[in-house]
Amino acid sequence: MLYREAGDFKTSYRDDSQTFPLKLDRLGYYAALAVAFLVVPFVITDYWANSVLVPFLIYAIAALGLNILTGYAGQVSLGSGGFMAVGAYAAYKLATAFPEISILIHVLLAGGITAMVGVLFGLPSLRIKGFYLAVATLAAQFFLVWLFNKVPWFYNHSASGQITVPERSFLGWIITGPQTSASAKYLVCLCFAVLLAWVARNLTRGTMGRTWMAIRDMDIAAEIIGVNPLTAKMTAFAVSSFFIGVAGALLFTVYLGAAEASETFGINKSFLVLFMVIIGGLGSIFGSFAGAAFLVLLPVFLKNVLVGSLGWPTDLAAHLELMIVGALIVFFLIVEPHGLAQLWRVTKEKLRLWPFPH
Amino acid sequence: MMPQTQQAATGAEPYITPDGRKIGGVLMDLRNITLRFGGVTAIKDISFDIREGEIRAIIGPNGAGKSSMMNVMSGFYVPQEGEVWFRGERRPQMRPYKVARLGLARTFQNIALFDGMSVLDNIMTGRLTMVKSSLLEQALWWGRAEAEENRHREQVEKIIDFLEIQNIRKTPVGRLPYGLKKRVELARALAAEPKLLMLDEPMAGMNVEEKEDMSRFILDVNDEFGTTIALIEHDMGVVMDLSDRVVVMDYGRKIGDGTPDEVRNNQEVIDAYLGVAHD
Repeated sequence: MLYREAGDFKTSYRDDSQTFPLKLDRLGYYAALAVAFLVVPFVITDYWANSVLVPFLIYAIAALGLNILTGYAGQVSLGSGGFMAVGAYAAYKLATAFPEISILIHVLLAGGITAMVGVLFGLPSLRIKGFYLAVATLAAQFFLVWLFNKVPWFYNHSASGQITVPERSFLGWIITGPQTSASAKYLVCLCFAVLLAWVARNLTRGTMGRTWMAIRDMDIAAEIIGVNPLTAKMTAFAVSSFFIGVAGALLFTVYLGAAEASETFGINKSFLVLFMVIIGGLGSIFGSFAGAAFLVLLPVFLKNVLVGSLGWPTDLAAHLELMIVGALIVFFLIVEPHGLAQLWRVTKEKLRLWPFPH
Repeated sequence: MMPQTQQAATGAEPYITPDGRKIGGVLMDLRNITLRFGGVTAIKDISFDIREGEIRAIIGPNGAGKSSMMNVMSGFYVPQEGEVWFRGERRPQMRPYKVARLGLARTFQNIALFDGMSVLDNIMTGRLTMVKSSLLEQALWWGRAEAEENRHREQVEKIIDFLEIQNIRKTPVGRLPYGLKKRVELARALAAEPKLLMLDEPMAGMNVEEKEDMSRFILDVNDEFGTTIALIEHDMGVVMDLSDRVVVMDYGRKIGDGTPDEVRNNQEVIDAYLGVAHD
C-alpha cells in the first residue's frame, strides 16, 4: 500500500537504469545517508565506533570487494586476508616513506598496489575454476602472510615485527593513531565505504558488470559473444583487490593502529569475509553490507545478551558465541541460500502487495 | 598476416530472389574443411559458401557434423585442414572473442544464456564489443559511460520491440519458458548487429505456433536488416520454406548443396534421410 511502484513512471533510459528506480527506495537511501553523516558522528561513542560501526564499515568494503570477484565474476577466492595484508603493509610503507603526503592518499595507493598483486595471483584463474581456483588463491593467502613476516623491510625492521601507524591528521583532525576520536574514525571509514559502494554499483550496473556476470554464468558463451576472458577476469581481480586492499589499509591505519601479519590477516580473515559475502548474498551490493553487519553485530549482540543480561562467565560466553554464530550461519544458508539480500528482495516484493496479496 | 584477396567464386554475381531480396557476393567461404577429434573425423573435406543476404541452411541426420561445422565457422573449433574466408579475407586462427568482433554472432543448440541476469542485461551483453568507455569512466559513471549505456539501451530496445518481448525485459532469464529463452538468445545475437548470424537449431523442441513465430522472426531479420543467416534445423518443412540454399551433410561429408528443390530431389540426400537397402 505504502511501498509501491504504481505511478512511478520512467520517461528516459537514464531514469530506468538508476540505482534506486523506486522513489521510496531513493528517499530511504537519502535518509539513511543523512543520518549516517549528520547525526551519527555527533552521538557516536568509543564503544560504538570500535566494536560496531568502524569494523562494520571496513568489513563492508572488503565484502564488496570479494563480492565483485566471487558474486559478480564467479571466481572463488580465499586470499582476502592476504590481500588485506598487502593493503595494510603498503599503507604502512607509504605512510612512513612519504610522511608529507596525506594518509588518505596512501590508503588509495595501497588499494592500487593490492590491485596489482591481485592481478598477479589472479592469473591462474585463466586456467582453473571453482574449488581448484580457491586452493590456488589460498596459496596467495599463505605466501603473502609469510612474506610480511619473513622480510623485515616490510615492517621497517621493528623489533616486535609489528607495524604501528604513525599519527596523521587531515584538515586538522587526527585520523590515525591512538589519539583519534571516535567520530573521526567513523567518518573516514564512512566516506570510503560510501564512495566505494557507489563505484561498485556503477561498475556492476553497466558494461563491466555484464561482462563479469557473463563470465560467471557461462564462460564459453561469453567468449563467443565477444568477451575477452583474460581482461574480464583480470579486471575483476584488480577491482576486487583494490577494494580489499583499501579495507586492509583502513583496518590497520584507522581501526587497529597496529598489526602483525599472521595474527591480523590470517586465514580466518579470508573466511570471515567469504562468510559475509555468502550470508549477505552473492552478487549484491546491499548484501555485502548486510553480511558485514550480520557478522560484526551478531557476536557483539550475543556477548551483550549472554554476559550483560544473563550474567554468564566471559569465557563460557565466548565459546558459546562461536557455536551460536556457526549454527546461525548454517541455519541461514538452509533457509535462504541466496543470502540476506534475497530475503530483503522477498520482503520488498511482499510489501508491494501488502495488505492485499491477491 | 597479409590479407589475401579472394578471387570471385563461380556464380557469385548478385541477383534478386523471386520474393525480391537482393543476394550479394560471397560473405563466408569455407574451403576444404577437415576437422578431427583424435581418431574421429567429424568433418571431411567440406567446402561451401554463404552469400550476402541469403538464408543458408545446413541439414543432415544426427551426428552428421552440422554443429561442429558451425563451431568451425564461429572459431570455437580450429579445423586441422582447410581455410575459412570471411568478407574476402582469409581468417587466421584466432580466439572466438576476436571472431565475434569481425561481425559473427550465433545462438546455441542448448540455450547458452546468462541465467543470473535479466533479459535486458542478457541482450545488452550482445553489445559489449562496441563499448568504448574505460574502466575509470564506468566506475565514476562519468564521461562516455552513461551516454554510451543509454545509446546501447536504445538499440537494444528496438530489438526487444522487434522480437516482441517487451513484457519480460526485467525478468531474470532463468525464470523464462524454453520458447522465450530461444527468442532472447536470438535477441542477444541480433544486438551485436552481426554480418553473419548463425542459428543452431533455433526451433528445436518448439510447438507449431512457436516455430511459426520463430520462422517469421528469422525471415523478418533477413528482410529488414539484410542480415545473412546460416541455419541448422531438423524440421524439413521449415528449412525448405525459409532457406535460399541448403547444404546437406552426412557422416561428416557433404552430400548435397543447392536450392531446396535441388536438394529435395537429390538421390543421395533421400538415401541418407530414409536409409537405403544394402543387398
